[in-house]
Amino acid sequence: MSTVLRGFHGGVRLPRSKETLQGTGSRSVALPPLLIYPLQAHVGTPARPVVGVGQKVRRDELLAAPSSYVSQAIHAGTSGVIVEIAARAVIHPGGVTDTCIVLRADGEDRRLTPAPALDLGRATPEGLLARIAEAGIVGMGGAGFPSHVKLREGLLNAVRLLIINAVECEPYIACDECMIRERAADVLLGARILRQALRASQCVIALEDDMQQARAALSRRDLAGAQIVRVPAIYPAGGERQLIRMITGAEVPAHGLPIDAGVVMHNAATAAAVADAVAGGLPLTERLVTVAGAVRTPANLRVRIGTPIAHLLDACGRSAADARVIVGGPMMGTRLIDEPAPVVKTTNCVLRLPAAAEDCTMPCIRCGDCVEVCPAQLQPQALYELARAGDWDGASDLHLFDCIECGACAYVCPSRLPLVHYYRHAKSEIEALELAQRRAAELRSRYEARLRRLAQAGDAAAEAEGQAGSDVDAAPAPAAVPDRAAMRAEIAAAVARTKARRTANTPAAAGEDEDGAR
Amino acid sequence: MFTAIAMAVLVLGALMAARVLVAASASPPRGSHGLAADIDRLLPQTQCGRCLHAGCRPYAEAIARGAARINQCPPGGEATIRRLAQLLGVEPLALNPRHGRQAPASVVIIDEEACIGCTRCIQACPVDAIVGAARQMHTVITAECTGCELCIPPCPVDCIAVVPAPAAQHAWQWPAPGRVSA
Repeated sequence: MSTVLRGFHGGVRLPRSKETLQGTGSRSVALPPLLIYPLQAHVGTPARPVVGVGQKVRRDELLAAPSSYVSQAIHAGTSGVIVEIAARAVIHPGGVTDTCIVLRADGEDRRLTPAPALDLGRATPEGLLARIAEAGIVGMGGAGFPSHVKLREGLLNAVRLLIINAVECEPYIACDECMIRERAADVLLGARILRQALRASQCVIALEDDMQQARAALSRRDLAGAQIVRVPAIYPAGGERQLIRMITGAEVPAHGLPIDAGVVMHNAATAAAVADAVAGGLPLTERLVTVAGAVRTPANLRVRIGTPIAHLLDACGRSAADARVIVGGPMMGTRLIDEPAPVVKTTNCVLRLPAAAEDCTMPCIRCGDCVEVCPAQLQPQALYELARAGDWDGASDLHLFDCIECGACAYVCPSRLPLVHYYRHAKSEIEALELAQRRAAELRSRYEARLRRLAQAGDAAAEAEGQAGSDVDAAPAPAAVPDRAAMRAEIAAAVARTKARRTANTPAAAGEDEDGAR
Repeated sequence: MFTAIAMAVLVLGALMAARVLVAASASPPRGSHGLAADIDRLLPQTQCGRCLHAGCRPYAEAIARGAARINQCPPGGEATIRRLAQLLGVEPLALNPRHGRQAPASVVIIDEEACIGCTRCIQACPVDAIVGAARQMHTVITAECTGCELCIPPCPVDCIAVVPAPAAQHAWQWPAPGRVSA
């Protein structure tokens, strides 16, 4: 029934730390007093609020609509009243805030009437995509890319293979495994809908070797032509490129997407959300979140999206005083700076881990262990030296941007170097530089357009050449302003009028303006 | 063997001399090629004139013919100086404070209540980032404003103020390792 696959380059075998959760059921958590919805939250442009402060809403009601092709709809997770649309703490490595819609629960949890189920026998890909977009579904296992956009691109490129990714290769995370055990029928239905929306001829559901119960739950049912494959529990087997490599043998090109390898990949939780949207008429307002590490009762919690992370930690009990909170897995997760930051659609795990000793790093000894484990087949030790030296061009030449930041190199580094941190820093410096260059190019073209316009108007000579003299130490040239007596008189009169009006109406205004000018 | 090496050295020397000559000789061609264009590509295009040239391109041309130093651009700051030094194969210099200090990006805004519609700022703006008409209110297209401040001196009613450039969330950058607390 299921196939076991060969590996990919590199990777590491990590302690799984999820045995206690594999086999136990999910738990619901009490509704928090406030649900918080960041407008940005995932890749793409921020959603546009369609509700106002003071407005009453029911569960599933639209709060914010997509603002562009790559953007997402956000729906209310319970009934209540909108109390604020303002900057709030979100999950961000630098503690940056984002504009959030804040909903105060009224405790009644009344829902809108669900949209009618779509008849799969008659539904067109267009109809399915529209429903998936309306339900606000984004990739729930990765960066939160809007699912309908991925599907549309796949459809346009006549992709043949749909992969449902249930490979949870990071330690601790076990929410997808739990969800498949509890909702196997929905995952299979979602896979069928996604396949129909893509017009894909093949569907593969990928699970890890040690997910026996989830595999059994799926195998008991009608797979409707889908094939279950088992991949070894080697990190990062669940990485998009690694999984495609294992299943198809094809490499996704360096700057390409899975569609370039003829594949569209969706997370298993996304598939279940698609089933809810198409067959149940429900938008995405809830998900499973693994809470583990230094907590009294680790659990897979059924959480309304928008719930503050502190609320989940309260529900599971903090068992050690001094711990860092990580959102996501221990390898690629984001360190949480503000516990009130809310769960978003991509939040699969909240961990409390003992504070790491980052200070005891040693120089690189060029052992080459990082090269062996790098799944992107890069040279992490060389990239580290280049990033540390600020040689951005050199780092780019060694394919820094193919790094998936999985952290396998840092995990095996005997000198405990924070390698991924160096790569992220280098990437963000390079991106900032490229942004500045793009902006400079725009400004240059505006400047040149203006010069052309002035030349056409016939008075370009002074402007074009200016004081481009040869003397480095020349004094600053006075601002060249065309002076004409009439103009001067007119302006002097206007100045007098303005001054008179200011002193007459608002005595403080002039002073304020001067302050503002500094 | 020996002659071959000598030949190679001579050819290389001639090539280098030619490059120096090209760099130092009469003004390079206008357009997207040549040393001045390469230099211009590294400048921030604020067109602010703090380098004491009429704009970024004239400054680039002055550098190309050896008539200006590479440390005269405060908006570009240390990073631009470093890249110019790399391009030209010279040692980086400290930013000349006579031209100003490097500061966070800024834009200007017009106090629209106070604006009398004189159009002087519109004429001063090097990138056409101010819209308005005679005796009509003027306003700044913030997204196009370079923060050059050239519009401020001509304004007869002092209604233009400098404010920090709007920062987007994606403007956040990963700090260098080591500057982060454990």
